[in-house]
Amino acid sequence: MLIKKGSDILYSEITPKSVYMNRRKFLTGVAAATGAAAIGAGAASDLLKAPTVFADTTKLGPLAKSPFSTSEPQTPMQDVTHYNNYYEFGTDKDEPAKYSTKFVTSPWSVEVDGEVNKPRKFDIEELRKLAPLEERIYRHRCVEAWSIVVPWIGYSFNVLAKQVDPKPTAKFVAFQTYYDIKQMPLGPRAGIELPYVEGLRMDEAMNVLTLLTFGMYGETLPNQDGAPVRTVIPWKYGFKSIKSIVKIRFVKDMPPTTWNIANAHEYGFYSNVNPTVDHPRWSQATERRLDGSFFGKRIKTLMFNGYGDQVASMYAGMDLRKWY
Amino acid sequence: MKDLSRHISMRWLKPPIFLLCLVPLAHLVWMGFQQELGANPIQYIEHSTGTWALVGLCVTLTVTPLRRILNQNWLIRFRRMFGLFAFFYACLHLTTFIWLDEQFDYHAMIADIYKRPFITAGFTAFVLLVPLALTSTSGMIRRLGGRRWNMLHRLIYISIVAGVIHYYWLVKSDETVPLRFAGVAAVLLGYRILHYEVQRRKQRAAAAAKKDSRESVYSS
Repeated sequence: MLIKKGSDILYSEITPKSVYMNRRKFLTGVAAATGAAAIGAGAASDLLKAPTVFADTTKLGPLAKSPFSTSEPQTPMQDVTHYNNYYEFGTDKDEPAKYSTKFVTSPWSVEVDGEVNKPRKFDIEELRKLAPLEERIYRHRCVEAWSIVVPWIGYSFNVLAKQVDPKPTAKFVAFQTYYDIKQMPLGPRAGIELPYVEGLRMDEAMNVLTLLTFGMYGETLPNQDGAPVRTVIPWKYGFKSIKSIVKIRFVKDMPPTTWNIANAHEYGFYSNVNPTVDHPRWSQATERRLDGSFFGKRIKTLMFNGYGDQVASMYAGMDLRKWY
Repeated sequence: MKDLSRHISMRWLKPPIFLLCLVPLAHLVWMGFQQELGANPIQYIEHSTGTWALVGLCVTLTVTPLRRILNQNWLIRFRRMFGLFAFFYACLHLTTFIWLDEQFDYHAMIADIYKRPFITAGFTAFVLLVPLALTSTSGMIRRLGGRRWNMLHRLIYISIVAGVIHYYWLVKSDETVPLRFAGVAAVLLGYRILHYEVQRRKQRAAAAAKKDSRESVYSS
């Protein structure tokens, strides 16, 4: 497969390679997962009624504390795991929790290549150990004008970047989510093109806040929250924080991003949280904070979701109304 | 089809149907107490009441086609109840928006009405139902007279279209449910267009027949 420029990547070229699990490994994985699934199935039926038990989460620790964590009250885990936008598993908020229970996330690997000197494939276990895991309690702001506070677990993405040694020609980083119609039969009805792709400018990717995320609430990520590895970019709208990553490519040109492809007028490449720039169809000046209380709270949205100190300088001089 | 009203007592049918129309609200309240409204209860309530308002409008508009096609005129007696329930759920939907969602931020809401097309459409759909609700009583039908009342109440056709557009314009990507409502509304309104056309042709045919018979009297 010859890739000339990042923007030249056609979905038809990426998709076959993106299905990491070749058939043999998949079957082995399924056999192993079946045992866990048998236990998980009993747990999954609980999932439909009562909170808790996720088939495959394990505890993560020890976790270093981070100066970038907020002290605001955290959203209950029950809410963060049952109110999800993960359209591959259904477009209603409660569907990813219901339909991702059999999603196989181990074994898993992430291919990192492109404009780098040391391209390679990382096994998830190895990836998780590249740096000490931190707990980062971030505000997470959805473009739909609701927000949560989540104790994510991971390390800064720039650690992974330094491992593969990006060339000076790398100006952007492109990401791709796993997509497989067998495990994600509702995918074709998602209303967006899949596999889901996202991208960041190089300085955004190298910013200390950009978190390569492996867990939340002290455990590995539940399937519906993007297991086993995702990014969390807290100063941007939540859809930029891509889930279940299988491919990372350092590229020369601005890469395609799924929501921009779906509706360029409404979803821009940058999608920084900005109360002064409305979504064409609704205001972004306020958000509903889901804090576990029955009605939540409607609060004013902060510029860059309150992370301006760390990120505003990257956009100095940019017209953020034009580059929404 | 035989007129079933001979076998069903209307007096005994209305109360259970009334209660049935309250079930969506009862279910919502029940789920609220069971903490089953999910992480964003206000969104859930807003979405549910809006959906049932649309369902109510569809049910109301199904009465006339059904009573004509099945020849069950007594169905008309339920039309007002269905229409008022549609309005009731629309009121709940609007109340949720004003009180729970926007928390009485009138400045923001009024801006929303003219800045956000989907809210303009929704607000239009609601406003059109208000005169219908106010003139729903028998006293009002008498005061307006049958013809004027019927003309006023055709506003429901515009209301349901505005309601469907409101729904279609607010979804992010999955248009399945709004399109289903659009399909149902299209059938219900299409029936009216068809019926109107058929009536017009019958009238023209009757007028032509009258003309013929008159001419034959004078031409011989």
